Amino acid sequence: MPKPAVLCGRALTRVYQTGTVTIQALRGVDVELFQGELVVLVGASGSGKSTLLNILGGLDRPTSGEVLFQGRPLGATEAEITRFRRDHVGFVFQFYNLIASLTAEENVALVTEIARDPLTPAAALELVGLGDRLRAFPSELSGGEQQRVAIARAIAKQPDILLCDEPTGALDSATGVRVLKALEQVNRELGTTTALITHNRSIESMADRVLRFADGRIESVIENATRVAPEALQW
Amino acid sequence: MVIAPLDRKLLRDLWRLRGQALAIALIVASGVSVLVMSLSAMQALSDSSAAYYERYRFGDVFASLKRAPLRLREELEALDGVQFADLRVVQYAILDMETVRAPVMGRLVSLPRSGDPVLNGVVLRSGRLPDPLRPFEVVVGEPFAEAHGLGPGDRFAALLNGRRQMLEVAGVGLSPEFVYAIGPGALMPDATHYGIIWIGRDALAAAYGLEGAFNDVSLALRPGHPASAVLPALDELLASYGGIGAYGREDQPSHWFLSNEIEQLRTLATILPAIFLGVAAFLTNMVLARLVFIERSEIGLLKAFGYSRGSVIRHYAKLVLVLSCIGLLIGWATGFWLGHWMTGVYGQLFRFPELIFAPHPNVYLLSALVSVGTSLIGVLGAARYAGGLPPAEAMRPPAPPVFRHSRWTPARLVAWLDQPTRIIFRQVLRKPMRSLFTSLGLAASVALLVISLQWMDALDYMLEQFFVDQQRQDATIGFVEAKPLRVVQEAGRLPGVLAVEPVRVVAARFEAGHRSRREALIGMPADAGLTVLRDRDDRRVRVPEAGILMSDMLADVLGVGVGDQVRIQVLEGRRRVLELPVAAVFRTSIGMSAYMNLDELNRVLGEAHTTSMLQLAVDPDHIESLLARLKQLGAIGSVTLKSAATDMFDQTIGETMLVMVFFYLAFACTMAFGMVYNNMRIALSERGRELATLRVLGFTPAEVSYMLFGEAALLILIALPLGCLGGLGLALLMAASFETELFRVPVAISAATYGWAVLIALGAAVPSILLVQRRLSRLDMIGVLKTRE
Ligand SMILES: Nc1ncnc2c1ncn2[C@@H]1O[C@H](COP(=O)(O)OP(=O)(O)OP(=O)(O)O)[C@@H](O)[C@H]1O
Ligand SMILES: [Mg+2]
Repeated sequence: MPKPAVLCGRALTRVYQTGTVTIQALRGVDVELFQGELVVLVGASGSGKSTLLNILGGLDRPTSGEVLFQGRPLGATEAEITRFRRDHVGFVFQFYNLIASLTAEENVALVTEIARDPLTPAAALELVGLGDRLRAFPSELSGGEQQRVAIARAIAKQPDILLCDEPTGALDSATGVRVLKALEQVNRELGTTTALITHNRSIESMADRVLRFADGRIESVIENATRVAPEALQW
Repeated sequence: MVIAPLDRKLLRDLWRLRGQALAIALIVASGVSVLVMSLSAMQALSDSSAAYYERYRFGDVFASLKRAPLRLREELEALDGVQFADLRVVQYAILDMETVRAPVMGRLVSLPRSGDPVLNGVVLRSGRLPDPLRPFEVVVGEPFAEAHGLGPGDRFAALLNGRRQMLEVAGVGLSPEFVYAIGPGALMPDATHYGIIWIGRDALAAAYGLEGAFNDVSLALRPGHPASAVLPALDELLASYGGIGAYGREDQPSHWFLSNEIEQLRTLATILPAIFLGVAAFLTNMVLARLVFIERSEIGLLKAFGYSRGSVIRHYAKLVLVLSCIGLLIGWATGFWLGHWMTGVYGQLFRFPELIFAPHPNVYLLSALVSVGTSLIGVLGAARYAGGLPPAEAMRPPAPPVFRHSRWTPARLVAWLDQPTRIIFRQVLRKPMRSLFTSLGLAASVALLVISLQWMDALDYMLEQFFVDQQRQDATIGFVEAKPLRVVQEAGRLPGVLAVEPVRVVAARFEAGHRSRREALIGMPADAGLTVLRDRDDRRVRVPEAGILMSDMLADVLGVGVGDQVRIQVLEGRRRVLELPVAAVFRTSIGMSAYMNLDELNRVLGEAHTTSMLQLAVDPDHIESLLARLKQLGAIGSVTLKSAATDMFDQTIGETMLVMVFFYLAFACTMAFGMVYNNMRIALSERGRELATLRVLGFTPAEVSYMLFGEAALLILIALPLGCLGGLGLALLMAASFETELFRVPVAISAATYGWAVLIALGAAVPSILLVQRRLSRLDMIGVLKTRE
């Protein structure tokens, strides 16, 4: 039985106009993210992965096409889109973007305070294995720990969708695995629909589906019969 | 032409920072224009007066006396250092001008039988000199002519020694002697109630029984002979002719006021520009330091490519040079224009035949030197830091700011605050020095607002103190010669007069130790109610039975206090020398008078009970009939209405002050705006990443604005009371340096002034907030997240 699509992009295009140069970042992409699945997006640099993720998460708007969340369009106003991000989407980026002046717990609380039905910051940090570092400032944490705080921050509000753009891009393999474990655990335990961009081919095997990008289009979709646990990934 | 890459970067940086650059340039411009304005107006005044004095032979020494024969000239010109003497007849007389209800006072100055006076020449502005064959033709002073609409051919009546005489205007003129034409006892020139009238000496001498005699002398001195060397001999020579103490140019009223004004401009040219340029230097430093910090990796790259330390420093120095040069040009232009305007305003107060407004190049050079210099000092630290960065270190991201669980943020407080507020507080506390300096910069602009606005308070206070509390009479009558005390009863019978008090004013020289000062000694009855004097604790002080009641300004000049002995040399009559103790000191902001008991004064002068002035309280309903009656009384020398004096004060000083205050306000607002705007822009560029992250996390633009502006608001909040305090301090400083021998500018800042300063400062923050808000709403969420910090 096909699970229902939580988020769905229809005929998305995105054109960047810089001066006289026109860049077609997306050339008509149809995509669906189903309830609870973990999708990995791969493809050459510049193929449009980040552009798509940003559009799906409401950070950017498509030049044409539309994004449906639970069957309804995202809305047109800035306020509606902010609302959507605030209530339903969690982001994780290659650079952790933590607020330097807040502790780990406070960075997470930043989100839980404005969320509808959040985990406690402590619970979210527990989930990513940082239950004992609540009072640490970002400068007192390693890169991998910072990234896990970022993940805790993204998932603490119990988002419907978690969007990750190269979350392990700046990390070594051992640390990367810890981060991926955290993501996989959240996906499994909270049932959060997760999309993850990576350049690391080995990560593909932990996904339910792999979307391969080329030149602004989805070139192919591969469904994995089984998901490999992050610990077992070969870097 | 090929532009070097670094210079291209410079141009791009300037363009990118144009808002901030303009704000800094405007602050520099404010300082420069105050400097140029004050210096050029000052130069215009001194150039104009120097040329005028020279061309129309302004005297070096002046003296008046009762009466001396004209043949005294030989003895006068034989005095050591004297080149030649000009002997005149000078009298005060009541004029009956149809246009004015009050009697008007005229100073009648004799003209030689033919030709121009040897000294103190008359500049004819229209008409001609009087015809020797028509004795009652006169030349009238230009301001007086303007005030009464007089021109050649017009006629008006004067009471010459009690006899009504029609005078006919032959010409309108000016003289270096009356650049500042102030009536005796007046605080301000008042062309409506006081005028200079030049009249042929024969007619004037005949009217006052001074044929073959003179009662006023001006001397021209030989070069190299200071007035002080001539005065004692002159005094001695004139003593037996009723001389009233000779004085040099420095004490000549018109010149004295003029040089006081020039002195004030000099103060203005020092203090305010110093504040503006100091703040500008501080701002450039701050902006640049942060800019360099943000650009440190690019600087590292440049150095890795082989650019030298010197060229990096030069690069940033150039940036600042461009900024301050833009500011300099704007400042020059507005300063020139303002200086011109201000000189025009002075031209209304000080009458010159020709105002020379030609600022010397040194005004521009000085302002350039000061503004560029301060900017360069401002940039020094930042540029040195940039130049000294080792490339490898520069290209690494800066060490992450270290946050600690400081005792400044107790857990309870932290728990009580919401996250955004917590971010604001941590941000401020993270760099306490920078937050402090930012607050200080903002406080400086608030302080400037306070000192700009407080002039009005000072003026109000001064007027209130002097005209309402101290001087309670409605009119003052001055006599040509001292009168017996029975005139008090006679004056009491005049229409509308409610109370009369006699006053005796004698010219005197006060001496204590090596300090001395020529000032009026005023005799006043012990029970006087129309002059109310108070001590520093606001308690009323009355004239003592014995000893002197001295104004605090005079006491300060002489360096004496209660109980000290003062030597008073009376310069009139029998020229007695008195040794009297200071019995009490009273507080005043206008004038330097000293009082003593009237009976006692008459006794020590060895004269009968006399008075030279009457103070009147008048029923306002009968003032018209009183004035009409006074116009007919011959023996009166002058009538001064208090209302006329206060009106005049309001009109001239008040209006000029209002315009000045407006300009200073504009400058201070520019500074407040520049300060706030720069701070917010810098905060935005430093924290753009963080704010973009918050937007990604789902914070609304309003919430993000709160975090950015909250910090600014907090710093402004700290700055406001600091600024008010600073304003008070600056006001005290300026009052101290602005003190002239006529005015002591009081510091009496009203609560409303602080309120307005605060409101205006907040108002100046609004456009900055709007401008930054616009940028904030266009924050590029994706772009920020793509790059590493
Ligand atoms: N702000 C922008 N202005 C102009 N062109 C842009 C902009 N952002 C992205 N592009 C272009 O759009 C295309 C897609 O970019 P996108 O960031 O989606 O690629 P990507 O697949 O995420 O690449 P990578 O794996 O390197 O992150 C690229 O050709 C890029 O140059
Ligand atoms: Mg990408």
